Amino acid sequence: MKKQKQKPTESFSAKTAGVLKVDNKDAHLVLAHMYVAFIALLLGATAGLLQVLVRSGYFELPAPLGYYQILTIHGVLLALVFTTFFILGFQTAAVSRTSGALSDTQRILGWIGFWLMTIGTIMATIMILLNEASVLYTFYAPLKAHWIFYLGLALLIIGSWVDLMGHCLRWEQWRKENPRKTTPLISFMAVCNSLLWVVATLGVAIEVVFLLLPWSFGLVERVDVLLTRTLFWYFGHALVYFWLLPAYMVWYCVIPKIIGGKIFSDGLARLSFIMFILFSIPVGIHHQLTDPGIDSPSKYIQVVLTMMVVIPSMITAFSMFATFEMRGRELGATGLFGWLKKLPWGDARFLAPFVGMVAFVPGGAGGIINASFQMNQVVHNTIWVTGHFHLTLATTAVLTFFGASYWLIPHLTGRIFTPSLNRLGIIQTICWAVGMLFLAIGMHFEGLLGAPRRSAFSNYGGAEIAETWASYQIAQAIGGTFLFIGIIIFLYICVSLWWFTPKGEQEFPIAELAPQAEKTPPILENFKVWIVILAALILIAYTFPIYNIIENSPIGSKGFKLW
Amino acid sequence: MHLHKYEKYWLIFGGASLIVFLLITGIMAFHYGSHPPSSIKTINYEKVDEIAPFNNPGVHRVSGKDWDYEVVLVASAFYYNPAELHVPKGSKVKFIITSKDVIHGFEVAGTNVNMMAEPGYISEYTTTVDKAGDYLIVCNEYCGVGHAQMHSMLKVVD
Repeated sequence: MKKQKQKPTESFSAKTAGVLKVDNKDAHLVLAHMYVAFIALLLGATAGLLQVLVRSGYFELPAPLGYYQILTIHGVLLALVFTTFFILGFQTAAVSRTSGALSDTQRILGWIGFWLMTIGTIMATIMILLNEASVLYTFYAPLKAHWIFYLGLALLIIGSWVDLMGHCLRWEQWRKENPRKTTPLISFMAVCNSLLWVVATLGVAIEVVFLLLPWSFGLVERVDVLLTRTLFWYFGHALVYFWLLPAYMVWYCVIPKIIGGKIFSDGLARLSFIMFILFSIPVGIHHQLTDPGIDSPSKYIQVVLTMMVVIPSMITAFSMFATFEMRGRELGATGLFGWLKKLPWGDARFLAPFVGMVAFVPGGAGGIINASFQMNQVVHNTIWVTGHFHLTLATTAVLTFFGASYWLIPHLTGRIFTPSLNRLGIIQTICWAVGMLFLAIGMHFEGLLGAPRRSAFSNYGGAEIAETWASYQIAQAIGGTFLFIGIIIFLYICVSLWWFTPKGEQEFPIAELAPQAEKTPPILENFKVWIVILAALILIAYTFPIYNIIENSPIGSKGFKLW
Repeated sequence: MHLHKYEKYWLIFGGASLIVFLLITGIMAFHYGSHPPSSIKTINYEKVDEIAPFNNPGVHRVSGKDWDYEVVLVASAFYYNPAELHVPKGSKVKFIITSKDVIHGFEVAGTNVNMMAEPGYISEYTTTVDKAGDYLIVCNEYCGVGHAQMHSMLKVVD
């Protein structure tokens, strides 16, 4: 193979004035996203604290709050709202930083999307608070929420499409202005994640706009329950990769810079993102392995496609630790693991995402168990699953987002991340890790003993097995309390970075490519090819089951309001 | 694209374990018949009480089939009918359930009998109950305000 050294993409950017910083006007747009994200984080975390306290059996909610109402708040505001706002804001910042300031049209798209999403969020949240939509964040029919709740969700989804158009067009513009050049890595990754999101949300948009909205509004009497569920999970699994990929953007592009190293391989990073796009969507039925109405071979095909994610995950793990080791040895580390000692453990911008990476080891292993064709039955809908995504989403992704906020917020507000706040960031990370050890590990073990997820406190008529669950629920209450303290510390840091720390220039760290890295094959940037393959995979995985669901559908369901 | 030597080893290891994993799962499923519950039978959920076998929920001994007992359960907000079931230890049992209203879960806690009950569909799973004891059946899908009170008891007796 011809050895051709690639110039780091940064070398172009460095020559363009103003590119190394997020443009001022773009910064306002990004900060608006963060504002909504952090308010959602506070409300959602408060709901989470109340839940673990209720389920410990020692606390009752004050009337008129209901357990499933706050559970809906927790899920919708954290899994759907906090993540989407944070991620779209982060991606806008990353593109503005590496591809250049958004044009006025691009920025206006961002703002229109932002406001649509915000209005949608407010509508949905008010309906939940009025107890008109205690249907959890998966809103399975035939539980029927108020139509305003579904309309709010529809606006959140459609708004996100408009929003991401802004920064994706900026990437496209860079490409046109720089023919035959490899596009900035983190911008490319933002576009990948946006593509994944658009294709995935098509499913939930069809579900909400064409099935649930007319049904809740009273235009149609009945809805196809299994079809709505299947459309939801067509979206639902890709959703988890939509959360994860921004964390990977930080790991691939930012962390190497923070530790003083270089990006191990541009091509492999892009390859892993492409693979995530391909294997994120035709896999949703692994959430429905115990559903009736879907034949077993169709389920198995999606299990196989699900497991393909092992390969990009392993590429990522290798790249990360290769970067760490290369940097450690550069600093004079010796021996097999000596380089570990050379990492900047005292830097919250590194430590928080690193703890996130560590959590992904048991998180990923648990995910393989969940999606295993037969083993799934042991854990399906037990609180094990809740424990699983509190490791993957609430630790891996969220701690990386926290670590990123420590430089992103001051970068945007023109302030600096001070040493004292850094110390607080370290404490925050430790607090989070301890909280998750109690909460997520407790949930895993309790789930193995059969305890169901999404359930208020119950002794199940004094059943013996239910008694074995109690101590784990107390452990979760302890863990949840630590996590809530962690949220308060995090938000304190953010408020300081937003309004109070000294003015200055906080760097938006973007690493350069290692000099020995290979040239990136241009096919990795040819989205047309990948979209065709993605469409083919989706058709293979979904045509038969969806055809069957529609062809064999029983009489549809009327709505129920059972809360 | 050139790969680092160690990265090649690492990915070959990963790819190989993936293939072994999928082979084991596939052989378990398609050779030994260990599939997740995937019945595709449908029913009118509004007329469950009139349609066999759900017009007579409970434990029924059957003959001439691959299993010895049929356990017929109807899930609705927020209980199972019947509330208690007795089956003899060592028998092969087919669980047959459906829902009269929203989506419910059906989980025999501490075992791998675990499936969704959805309105309009019949869920089935066949297994051998080889350990005596009291097994709690819980609803593991949120179905409304009484969700955590929804349970039943399976007694496997000697």
